[in-house]
Amino acid sequence: MNVGTVETPTPERPANAGRSARKKVGDRVFQALTTTVGVAVLVVLTVITVFLFVKAWPALRSARLGFFTETKWFPDTDPPAFGVAALLWGTLLSSVIALMIAVPVAIGSALYTTEYAPAVVGRWLGYLIDLLAAVPSVVYGFWGVMFLVPRMIPLQQWLAHHLGFIPLFHDPDNLFGKSMFAASVVLALMVLPIVAAITREVFRQVPRDMREAALALGATRWEMIRTAVLPASRSGIFGAIVLGLGRALGETIAIALVLAATFDINLNILKPGGNTIAANVATKFGDAGSLGRSALVASGLVLFAITLAATLAARGVIRRTGRAAAGLA
Amino acid sequence: MTGSVPERNGGSVPERNGGSVPERNGETVLDAPLPPDTEPPSLLSGKGRLRRSQAVAAAAVGVVVAAIAFALTPLQGRADFLLVGWIFGTIAYLVAAGRIEGRRSVVDRLAGVFMVTAVVVCLIALGSVLIYTVVRGAKALSLDFFTHSMKGVGPRDTTGGAYHAIIGTLQEVLLASLISVPAGLLVAIYLTEYGTGPLAKAISTMVDVMVGIPSVIAGLFIYAFWVLALHQGFSGFAASLALSILMLPIVVRSAEEMIKLVPASLREASYALGIPRWRTLLRVVLPTASAGITTGVMLAVARVTGETAPLLLTSFGFDSTRTNPFSGPEESLPLFVFRQASSAFDTAIDRAWAAALTLIIVVVALTVAARLLTLRNQLKS
Repeated sequence: MNVGTVETPTPERPANAGRSARKKVGDRVFQALTTTVGVAVLVVLTVITVFLFVKAWPALRSARLGFFTETKWFPDTDPPAFGVAALLWGTLLSSVIALMIAVPVAIGSALYTTEYAPAVVGRWLGYLIDLLAAVPSVVYGFWGVMFLVPRMIPLQQWLAHHLGFIPLFHDPDNLFGKSMFAASVVLALMVLPIVAAITREVFRQVPRDMREAALALGATRWEMIRTAVLPASRSGIFGAIVLGLGRALGETIAIALVLAATFDINLNILKPGGNTIAANVATKFGDAGSLGRSALVASGLVLFAITLAATLAARGVIRRTGRAAAGLA
Repeated sequence: MTGSVPERNGGSVPERNGGSVPERNGETVLDAPLPPDTEPPSLLSGKGRLRRSQAVAAAAVGVVVAAIAFALTPLQGRADFLLVGWIFGTIAYLVAAGRIEGRRSVVDRLAGVFMVTAVVVCLIALGSVLIYTVVRGAKALSLDFFTHSMKGVGPRDTTGGAYHAIIGTLQEVLLASLISVPAGLLVAIYLTEYGTGPLAKAISTMVDVMVGIPSVIAGLFIYAFWVLALHQGFSGFAASLALSILMLPIVVRSAEEMIKLVPASLREASYALGIPRWRTLLRVVLPTASAGITTGVMLAVARVTGETAPLLLTSFGFDSTRTNPFSGPEESLPLFVFRQASSAFDTAIDRAWAAALTLIIVVVALTVAARLLTLRNQLKS
């Protein structure tokens, strides 16, 4: 590369001294530059967060504590009545159901790609499953509402008919379609590649010796996984689930397209309706008034607080597999 | 990392039992000459081994039972048959394993079936999303779609295209890259080369937090700060600011990782030649890490190209071409899909599919290209 600066093998003293001074200046400038950018990013994000509070304040002042207990969302009427209770409920419910669907499938596929399939097949299967993360969320939502929702109606009818005695599957109106359940399935598809990518990485890091020790003791392959692989990766699996949860909590457009937005709190996941904080921002933003937009910012603040907690909880895993965490492993 | 992946029994069928098929096969060969009392304790306490032909036969019996059930009862539907056939086939397979090999084998094989099922579910999901989008999108795509905007086009018109949206996406993603790639690189260099103490810890923590920020929150950030507080209004540039928030942590993390991978001997050789640290970084370390960093940037671009929610809050959406991204609302491909998909008319739905297909092709191509780049680098090293 550039060797122009070291052409003379035995430089005279003064030149050398001047050069090392310049060297120091160059290093100092470069260090200052990178530090400045690092600090600038830190400052900008802090300032931006402060403005999120500032712009949420009118709505929070108007609604007071009712912001956390009210289920309705009429911020632009007089008097305004709005709160995140129903939205928060929908956000948590859809995320939990999505995780319940996605986590077993993700871990199963990760185990298959690392423990069962030959290395080459496993690697290519991994790439394919990662492709699920490349599909944009708006495409998931559109596909969900056009393809999946109509095809899920028979399954939902079956569940309501045979398991309707469970509150979760009770559907008083006998209407199906754009329900919490359908939205959760779409959400599960989006969470799946994240959990799968991270757990795959975690399983790969389990030392080979532990596997072979288990096999040498006469374990079957499943017993080897149960006694060696899974215990060693417990914290990694936990981190993957929390990161998946973070993704599910914040998903916006797919939910906005799939859910028929209603503002109520119930457990009937087969009934059309329900809403989440993020989806509500997308659907209500277009024609919200000034207090309405402030209310949306305030609801975003609540979502931010929840995802922040989830992210910090999973921080160790993020550090280890930062790129997988971004859904891009 | 891939080198340490445990590879066992080469190309054998996954459902085959245990991790050490070759050894166990050897054992069965040895069974005959050994007297019964000196027989080594079998790994599975059952009577023998389930041969693959037996397993297939058992599964087939299960599927036939399912078929008979479908013929005799009101059960119907292709998807239902696949599901019931899969369940019955598995049960029959497990019963056969249980009778021949014993209980532990049943559990082992059940786990195997579960994992295969999980992979099949993933692949069906991927295939169904991609195939459905391609089929619907291909029908709606035409050359006009890429050369016309939506200016003056009503929802029920069959004309109109995504020209303006493609221009908008290019502008926004390019601007976002111009902001976040240099900034991300510098932050990564700071964290790997200079960063010590509480400041580095704070910046590193913030990058972690940024990884977990939902895209809609990134949009709200810029909306509250840029659009409302600074009175800048909706614009393509506001959208690229929001996208930068999403891109930056990905660029930082991948660049950090790649810089750490550069062998110390390369740096030391450079230092030994009297080259100062910063020039070593720019001329030796970064060029060595450049392939990996490029992959990270491509993945980051792929991720933000498909983002919709932040764009909705910052560039809002627009029907005409916007040549200046710094003022006024702007359209982009994901936003185009969302806005057309929210319409009730088939013509708009068709346009949405065409745009969805375009978007998927762009994003998947970027992702696959990044992956191929990584593979090539792995082969090289």
